[in-house]
Amino acid sequence: MSAEPLHALIALPEEKAGLLTRLVEGLDPAALHWLSGYAAGLAAAQPFAPAREAAALIAVESAAAPQLTIVFGSQTGNAKRAAEALAREVENAGLAVRVLRADAYPLNELKSERLLYIVISTQGEGDPPDDARGFVEFLAGKRAPKLDELKFAVLGLGDSSYAKFCAIGAQLDARLAELGATRLFTRGDADVDIDSVAKPWQQRALAAAREILKASAPLAKVTPLRPARVVPAWTRERPYAAEVLANQRLTARSSSKDIRHLELSLRDSGLSYEPGDALGVWASNPPALVDALVASLSLDAQELVSFENQTLPLEQWLLEKREITRLAKPFVIAHALRAQQDDLDAIVASPVALPKLLSERQPIDLVGTFPAQWNAQELVAALRPLTPRLYSIASSLKHVEDEAHLTVARVAYRAFGREHVGAASEFLTTRATDGRAPIFIETNERFRLPNDTSRDVIMIGPGTGVAPFRGFVQERAALGARGRNWLFFGNPHFTTDFLYQVEWQQALKRGQLQRLDLAFSRDQAHKIYVQQRIRQSGRELYAWLENGAHLYVCGDATQMAKDVHVALRDVIAEHGGKSAEDAEAYLSQLASARRYSRDVY
Amino acid sequence: MGTPVLSVVEAIKSASRRLRGTLVQSLADPVTGAIAEADTQLIKFHGSYSQDDRDLREERRVAKLEPAYSFMIRTRLPGGVVTPQQWLALDAIATGYANGTLRLTTRQAFQFHGVIKRELKATLKAINAALIDTIAACGDVNRNVLVAANPLLSRAHAAVYAHAKALSEHLLPKTRAYYEIWLDEEKVAGSGEEVEPVYGSTYLPRKFKIGFAIPPANDIDVFANDLGFIAVMADGELAGFNVTAGGGLGATHGEPNTYPRLADVLGFIAPDQVIAVAEAVVTTQRDFGNRAERKRARLKYTIDERGPAWFKSEVERRAGFAFAPARPFAFDHNGDRFGWSEGEDGRAHLTLRIEAGRIADRPGAPHRKGLREIAKVHRGEFRLTPNQNLIVANIAPTQRSQIQALVAAHGLDGYAVATPLRLNALACVALPTCPLAMAEAERYLPELLGKIETLLDGHALRDAPISLRISGCPNGCSRPYLGEIALVGKAPGRYNLMLGADARGQRLNTLYRENIDEAVILQTLDALFARYAAERDRDEGFGDFLLRAGVVTPASAIEVKTI
Repeated sequence: MSAEPLHALIALPEEKAGLLTRLVEGLDPAALHWLSGYAAGLAAAQPFAPAREAAALIAVESAAAPQLTIVFGSQTGNAKRAAEALAREVENAGLAVRVLRADAYPLNELKSERLLYIVISTQGEGDPPDDARGFVEFLAGKRAPKLDELKFAVLGLGDSSYAKFCAIGAQLDARLAELGATRLFTRGDADVDIDSVAKPWQQRALAAAREILKASAPLAKVTPLRPARVVPAWTRERPYAAEVLANQRLTARSSSKDIRHLELSLRDSGLSYEPGDALGVWASNPPALVDALVASLSLDAQELVSFENQTLPLEQWLLEKREITRLAKPFVIAHALRAQQDDLDAIVASPVALPKLLSERQPIDLVGTFPAQWNAQELVAALRPLTPRLYSIASSLKHVEDEAHLTVARVAYRAFGREHVGAASEFLTTRATDGRAPIFIETNERFRLPNDTSRDVIMIGPGTGVAPFRGFVQERAALGARGRNWLFFGNPHFTTDFLYQVEWQQALKRGQLQRLDLAFSRDQAHKIYVQQRIRQSGRELYAWLENGAHLYVCGDATQMAKDVHVALRDVIAEHGGKSAEDAEAYLSQLASARRYSRDVY
Repeated sequence: MGTPVLSVVEAIKSASRRLRGTLVQSLADPVTGAIAEADTQLIKFHGSYSQDDRDLREERRVAKLEPAYSFMIRTRLPGGVVTPQQWLALDAIATGYANGTLRLTTRQAFQFHGVIKRELKATLKAINAALIDTIAACGDVNRNVLVAANPLLSRAHAAVYAHAKALSEHLLPKTRAYYEIWLDEEKVAGSGEEVEPVYGSTYLPRKFKIGFAIPPANDIDVFANDLGFIAVMADGELAGFNVTAGGGLGATHGEPNTYPRLADVLGFIAPDQVIAVAEAVVTTQRDFGNRAERKRARLKYTIDERGPAWFKSEVERRAGFAFAPARPFAFDHNGDRFGWSEGEDGRAHLTLRIEAGRIADRPGAPHRKGLREIAKVHRGEFRLTPNQNLIVANIAPTQRSQIQALVAAHGLDGYAVATPLRLNALACVALPTCPLAMAEAERYLPELLGKIETLLDGHALRDAPISLRISGCPNGCSRPYLGEIALVGKAPGRYNLMLGADARGQRLNTLYRENIDEAVILQTLDALFARYAAERDRDEGFGDFLLRAGVVTPASAIEVKTI
């Protein structure tokens, strides 16, 4: 094999490439193998490396050849997965491609891009994912360059039960065109059943890339020494049936909340995780709900339905394959067409009533209120595929060995004349202690403890948002981290809702937790939330940040994360003597330095 | 023999800066509903115990929650006398801060249960705002001073009550800790170093109980107190007191060197010698009591170790005078007399039965509401009896019918129909709040009484005046060792059956069966009731009969003696 000039490898700056050329010159194969192993070892010793993912799929390019850049912005990992899947196909097709998380993308290279695909999700009320805030802001702002030579396509991800479905994807799509770039094909807006939109979009994107980049053989073969990312035997598509070791309440009997602690065994699965990762759970729907839905539509549960290359009884489709605890817009529209009722048509047409309907009702409520004829085949086709639910893992492997712990709020309420439950929480909380749950690990590189264990960490996790911080504290204790740990926790009542109270008390006593600030909202006449506690301890919190602390927020996205963000900004402004804008910039810098990470939902 | 090692509590008291400890920090700690270990000892001196709901303990442990901590608060209320206004204030506190009930104790105090830490200070403030305090209601100090609740002898009661109140105040700790911690009093110079002229810096080795009896009633069980004063009347005036010392009922299962003991009679004193004698007894115990072993720290053990003669002379030396020979006295009963009565002064009194002292609103029995309504119209006072009952005292003749109507309307008239067994029964609080309880008491009492009443019916003994006392542990809060029948808790559902006390508080009972369950208890009692029904003398009490019949044979002295 004749080695190509090393500077052609984009992984290295020119100066380093020169050094490497001199280093490898004349080495025998054994020495070269040793060297590659040495480098891999060095890489493995740096578990927190923002550029790692970027490097992972880097192919070789010649300086002259055009390449495809895929930028993704991802909160829960779906956009990342879609982007990486596309990158693999492009790479397999022998084309030059790099895939970058939005906050790792060098914005000054945008003006020289020729082919750009963006895969980005939309959060809550039309917000970008945390890792794409800077990217979205830059593109929207005055500093965005003219992009006359750029060709692009956008895949948006979202949830159609929110009003601003895929709004960020749409915004970027429009803005790139406005900046002069050429849209290669229509934007994809993927709903919760991502693949039905993402797969066709990826095929078009691959075809377009082939055409534009033309196949050019890689200039050097690089054996991809991908950083320690052993493909696990069990994946999202092939989940592991984990045994439930414990399933117990964390809230007291008299609490209005039913929050559970689950312990799942990963023994012999080969699965592993880092604190901050999530556990994906493929839940089956509640059998009683399936029965009720089948009965209310006067269908036969045992009728065989063939769809998407599978033939199963209707009952099994509804139990295991279809979403029946969340209502999706396409189903409502399909149902409205059948029901032919003015009331329902009016709701579908209303930008206010429809989101309300989607958020409050389950399919069975719709079917009960607005009767319509369905046959089994059409029903299966119209309902969204069941998707896995993600729960932040509440443990550290260093502490619990081959287990993964979860903190699960059981969703159960009465409405529209019947009991409603959440599919996954009901599934998990009704597992007996020897039952099994199909699970997989969803890595979350965006939510990682600092590599440097002497750094302080500030963890803000009210409600079930405290889950990952249990893992953080376990991990830091196991590592003997010298950095201090500060936790903010809140819930309605001290006596009934203080999740993991005894463990936090022990951690304080053992010096594994230095501060615990508590906000029990309903223990006094006026409500107190974590953001008030943040303000009250603003001076110390700012001092911790100035001292290099990493900041983490986990929990509710709709209200808590916003209120906490504002409180943090105010604290930084007040104690850092900054304007609101500068305080916001301070937080943005923390975020891009991976010192302000959020896992909100 | 070297110097005995002081108990842990002695070190805590000593380091506490006059009972302050780290209570302020403990109250401010938001992570726990409990207070620091050492502070759990100190808070007793302020009238409160740290407890937890034992019914919930295990399920909370599994849920990774700490025990459901709460605090019991006990008032200091010499003689158990409160005004209607104070009643209303305490009733409101029960609603606002506690578990919605008021508990009348065998020491004429109110107890609030279930007060959580973050409301403890507000609760104590509210109690003090009603001009009632909780200082020294618990702890190694003189506790609430008992006074016979006998409503008939109005003048005697007034005179004795005045002495009891003065003594209670004289023996209060002088530390300002209570006022600083709970009532926001500013710290002044010397805070933490106050002189305690009676107690000294480590207070007493153990709790100390004083009671004033007015014969012929021994409702206070005067011989169960460390120090007792038996009023001696002459021509309707208070002539003085026979003094008793060394009573105490607490014991520990399986430790024979702990035992209940009745007080000895020391002699007679004049009314103006009460404080001097009390101070002499208290300081003798302060200086000679056992500070190494808390189970052996009560005055009764000090007297037994050093001898009654030594003790009496030491007290006389300290008091500066000798006791006169004891005057004759006679007690006829240690229970309460229920229903309406008229005092010497023509005022009316109504003694109500409060089962196990618990005033609550239950379906069909809204007792707390009823007493609140009475307090709104009543112009006399309320007196808590030492048997967990309540006297609506000094009712104006014009209000009798109104109060009787309120009593009937709220189901408070049970005294008129209940069996003597039920009227006289005592139970300590026990589960779920008392940390010492080994078995149920208060919660079990109604059911147990029903079963025993059925047995009595079977022997036509329904109207026999038998006193039954049940206690969740051997410490004796319900004065079990003076019950004709007593059940002393050993384990859930299991009790020691004690029999044979008199009903006058002058003879202890004796262990009859150990560690037995309900079935055996009922079976045993049924057989004894059969014998009692067949063999008793006229007017012979159940306890007296059991002794005469040789059913119980006391191993040691169980009667009151005079030194």
